[in-house]
Amino acid sequence: MSEHIVPIKIYLSIWLTLMVLTGVTIWVAYYDLKQFSVIVALSIAVFKALLVVLYFMHVRYSSRLTKVIIAAGVFWLIILIALTFSDYWTRNWQAAF
Amino acid sequence: MISTAPKPSEVIVPPQRHYLNAGYGVKSWLLTTDHKRIGLLYLASITLFFFLGGAFATIIRLELATPAGDLVSSENYNKFFTMHGVVMIFFFLIPSVPAVLGNFLIPLMIGAKDVAFPRLNLLSWYVYNIGAIITLYAIIAGGVDTGWTFYAPLSTTYSNTNVMATGVGIFITGFSSILTGLNFIVTIHTLRAPGLTWLKMPLFLWAHYATSLIQVLGTPVIAITILLLAFERAVHVGIFDPALGGDPVLFQHLFWFYSHPAVYIMILPSMGIVSEIVATFVRKNIFGYKFIAFSSIAIAVFGFLVWGHHMFVSSQSVYAGMVFSFLSMAVAIPSAVKVFNWTATLYKSSVSYQTPMLYAFGFIGLFTIGGLTGLFLAALGFDVHVHDTYFVVAHFHYIMVGGAIMGYLGGLHYWWPKISGRMYPEGWAKLGVLTIFVGFNLTFFPQFLLGYMGMPRRYHAYSEEFQVLNVMSSAGASILAVGYLLPMIYLIWSMRYGPVASANPWPSTGLEWRTSSPPPPENFEKTPVVTWHAYEFKPRDQAEIVGEF
Ligand SMILES: [Cu+2]
Repeated sequence: MSEHIVPIKIYLSIWLTLMVLTGVTIWVAYYDLKQFSVIVALSIAVFKALLVVLYFMHVRYSSRLTKVIIAAGVFWLIILIALTFSDYWTRNWQAAF
Repeated sequence: MISTAPKPSEVIVPPQRHYLNAGYGVKSWLLTTDHKRIGLLYLASITLFFFLGGAFATIIRLELATPAGDLVSSENYNKFFTMHGVVMIFFFLIPSVPAVLGNFLIPLMIGAKDVAFPRLNLLSWYVYNIGAIITLYAIIAGGVDTGWTFYAPLSTTYSNTNVMATGVGIFITGFSSILTGLNFIVTIHTLRAPGLTWLKMPLFLWAHYATSLIQVLGTPVIAITILLLAFERAVHVGIFDPALGGDPVLFQHLFWFYSHPAVYIMILPSMGIVSEIVATFVRKNIFGYKFIAFSSIAIAVFGFLVWGHHMFVSSQSVYAGMVFSFLSMAVAIPSAVKVFNWTATLYKSSVSYQTPMLYAFGFIGLFTIGGLTGLFLAALGFDVHVHDTYFVVAHFHYIMVGGAIMGYLGGLHYWWPKISGRMYPEGWAKLGVLTIFVGFNLTFFPQFLLGYMGMPRRYHAYSEEFQVLNVMSSAGASILAVGYLLPMIYLIWSMRYGPVASANPWPSTGLEWRTSSPPPPENFEKTPVVTWHAYEFKPRDQAEIVGEF
């Protein structure tokens, strides 16, 4: 429960980074990167989310227990996506026998 | 000092000061941050919804007494079974044990003054009620007819009933569930009394810890699902509608990702109750304590990997179906571990057959039937035969009513002396549990047969040959209704007229029994130090409780 005071400079630079990355997302959208366009857009989004969670939500300065709970949340999201796609990716498989 | 159980001849003096007489006004209840009072606030709210959901069930069973759809129109029948499900699941079963008994008992069991976030706890009750009122509005304004499962495209495109209002109500109430779970996780991690290590904790706490994990990790997904449904319904964003580039099966994936684990939110806390009751009424250490404790955690985790068993005939890939079928079989293992360990605890023990123990027996038997028929349904081929029939209806009522509600009522009786400071009338209570057991089985066992014979669920008319079993089911439902009214009447009666309860009437080992009945507002006169294991009992002829206090 220790209070960690984050200097305002960090908040501002994180905010600025988020803004720049939003700009990058828009800029990239004008180029046709074929199958990579989704990957690029999602990578930028994940990185931005990471900044928000670590700094704005103070997880970087939190106890290990908090970090474990956050990691569990991410892991549960992976379960949701992985098992949902176990359906979508195999729907068109031909019967082997 | 060694605390001793009072002999029946002793006159029991109730405590001078306790949480119930700490304040009397309406404000002292509506603004309370005492976890015990918040538990009682929840008890009042969910009891109201239990009887509302019961009223809808009554209409369903009356309609099904005859093969012709003669009591309500098919449109209204759709609304009644939908509202029965919505009210019972989201507004009764999910909050039932955690929000009432969990709230009341967790701080007492860990030797704390309150939960970690008392004001958040009160907020959760208000959030619950706001969601409940909005849902009530939706019901009064004409109801919903999509089934409690809200499948697209009926919910997103075709239904012209109050889908939005009901969705908003469930969305809001979900946050009360998240707040409760969050509070319990932090409370159990940070507020345990000195000496109370994880492996000394009562199994009720392990069960609630696991339940809280599901509430925190699963509920956001149902919130998102409702939000997506609302977006599509209101502004036609293409999520579930193929014409807009969506996929209706995606709704089922998202919905069941939460709603299968939600069944464990209902059943895990009741399993925790059964562990407490079994240990107390056989006065023995629970067999396989660690197995029961960790099987709760295993259920919380593996419960998230099986949702596709609801979708075998939904056009889900057969290969995904095979994976989900296998995983569903696997999740039965931790549940079976519990049943076997309770049975092993009972082996060669002498049982005192008091009301809570009778409820525990009811739970073990009925949950086993519900669980085993769940395995039938997890088998791909059999599921195709009975999908959307009364077999499924019977199966999940054995889990949710025969299991979860049996456990809830058992717990309510077991801790009633602690909650109210009074004993309930044992004779009436035994009559109640017997009535419920008979009524329950007469209601739902015929439904297994009906489903196997092919009677589909969710229709208000059926063919003649199903009538005998349906009449049995409706007759059972009326017995069950009497069985549920009985405890409500005698428990309220006992608050004023029941014999005064001692601090530890059974007697049991838990910390909650080492403070007065009812407990003082701050739970304990001094912070307890735990030196004993959760179920360390002395032989029956020695009434004392293990551990200095
Ligand atoms: Cu399920």
